[in-house]
Amino acid sequence: MTAAVTTSPDARAQAPAPGGLAPVRPPNWLLTFFSDTWLIFSRQMRLSLRNPAWVIIGLTQPILYLAFFGPLLSRIAKTGALGVPASNPYSFFVPGLLIQLGLFGAAFVGFTIIADWRAGVIERFRVTPVSRMALLAGRVLRDVITLTAQAIVLVLAGLAFGLRAPLGGVLVGLGFVAVVAVSLASLSYTVGLVLKSEDALAPLLNMIMVPLMLLSGIMLPMTLGPHWLRIAAKCTPFGYIINAMRGAFAGHYFDSIMVEGICVAVGLAAICLWLASRAFIKENA
Amino acid sequence: MSIIEAKGLARTFTSRRRKVEAVRGVDLTIDSGEIVGFLGPNGAGKTTTLRMLTTLLRPTAGTATVAGSDLLRDPVGVRRRIGYVPQAIGVTAGGTDPNCTVSEELTIQGRVYRLSAAETTERTRLLTAQLDLTGLEPRLCKTLSGGQRRRLDIALGLIHSPAVIFLDEPTTGLDPQSRSNLWEHITGLREKLGTTIFLTTHYLEEADALCDRVLVIDHGKIIAEGVPDELKRRISGDVVTLSVTGDQAQAQATLADHPGVREIALDGRAIRMTVEKGEEALPAMLRALDSHGITLESIQLARPTLDDVFLTLTGRSLRDDSASASQDEQDPEDHHDEALAGAGHQGRS
Repeated sequence: MTAAVTTSPDARAQAPAPGGLAPVRPPNWLLTFFSDTWLIFSRQMRLSLRNPAWVIIGLTQPILYLAFFGPLLSRIAKTGALGVPASNPYSFFVPGLLIQLGLFGAAFVGFTIIADWRAGVIERFRVTPVSRMALLAGRVLRDVITLTAQAIVLVLAGLAFGLRAPLGGVLVGLGFVAVVAVSLASLSYTVGLVLKSEDALAPLLNMIMVPLMLLSGIMLPMTLGPHWLRIAAKCTPFGYIINAMRGAFAGHYFDSIMVEGICVAVGLAAICLWLASRAFIKENA
Repeated sequence: MSIIEAKGLARTFTSRRRKVEAVRGVDLTIDSGEIVGFLGPNGAGKTTTLRMLTTLLRPTAGTATVAGSDLLRDPVGVRRRIGYVPQAIGVTAGGTDPNCTVSEELTIQGRVYRLSAAETTERTRLLTAQLDLTGLEPRLCKTLSGGQRRRLDIALGLIHSPAVIFLDEPTTGLDPQSRSNLWEHITGLREKLGTTIFLTTHYLEEADALCDRVLVIDHGKIIAEGVPDELKRRISGDVVTLSVTGDQAQAQATLADHPGVREIALDGRAIRMTVEKGEEALPAMLRALDSHGITLESIQLARPTLDDVFLTLTGRSLRDDSASASQDEQDPEDHHDEALAGAGHQGRS
């Protein structure tokens, strides 16, 4: 029942599918990419829902910060140092926690790609005609959805603690979270695929993420710091994004801070996706 | 009609500013419907060659046509028509996610090969029946036994009825019963579907039991190929062991000149020889010993095994893993393949 296979490479275009079972679809690259992305996304999402523990564990840290650190900020807010109304310190704090959620959630998905690689799953799919970009995109999409869902829970918890922000601002904030998830998840997958070792990935991620978090002004505004610290913070991406999110939470949608934030977020996502696509598409893995 | 044809396939890795030639010019032709075994010690280049032929690794030199498509110009065409079952030993496993169910794995596999939902269901039903997986569909892969999981790996590689399937160490790590059971499935594939099978193996009895033809690879080059029986005859000859009383040195000298004797060694009281057509040479040997007044204690004539072929060709035994290839032949990029296993053994030996 195996189909006759032509040895001439020139005949490959019209060569019959082996076994007569697999119809050779019209090579619509984009359509294939989207349907493959959906396949991989569904698989990864189903796996996540089967073990939802990590999604919940990922939420506990920011919720704890919200509960145990947030109240301290109320005092500081009264001094005006946070740049938000004293009545609403959480519009300063929640955007920071949303980014923290990303830094310690999406940034650690690289571990799952190492597990997949160990299970032989990556190789197995790389030998199939599936779009290699879809292997990345399906996973990143899962991470974006997961992180956005966690972010919504965090915002709702923030509301319970006294966050007041316009719906539009919250939606813009969630949009930033989604774009940041794309950056961090794809970067994490890239590093995971290159290192192929949990023992190397864990310290590396901590080495990168902790300074990035500290310099992004999640807990306190960087304007409180000395000049050199402010310069250092200006060199890292997340401060711009958090400032734009804080602006959005205060209802400022059209200012230079927002433009900066969008440019940094989208630029970072583009760079990370480009790096990741190279790692996923490359012939030798 | 050839289904795999490779010319001068080579792969060089660069690691720590050192060039490592893992595969140095492999030519091979495999006909449609053949079962071909790829034999070689650890780090000889088996897996690297397989990974090149399955589009996982780009060759640094050479060309190949696999299942009608050019390996370099149309890798997706190759992927559409081949099945690949990765090795399930060492650092990586055979390709199933431990937290997916058997039917989920088969379903997504069908879909990535662009089968319709109906075709996928039909193929899944057929393959689960053929590979004794019926009833396991709702089970998570991590709950399967080693043999079941390996059969699932193979079912995944076959979902799209490929013209050729590559099996990397298909039975390594299985108990003898699961192994012989899997052998039946593999030969059944060719008998029922005419599938071409290219497998790598460590087990000589596996190559003997399954393969029409074996290719022996060492130091990244194919050093012998042929039908197992023919290889044994051609390369090794029979192993004749004689125990004598009296002057062993004289006995050795007498026998060494005998026609057909290739190698001779004294091992205590026993004289071990490799002899062409041993059963025919033996009577004359006995007469010669008799005329020198040497008394025989026992005679043993053994047919060569593929291991003897191996020993003759490479100077080391395939069974003896500690005699694996030197570090230079190992594939530094593929930490999960045979290279690492070889390095581990070296450390211990």
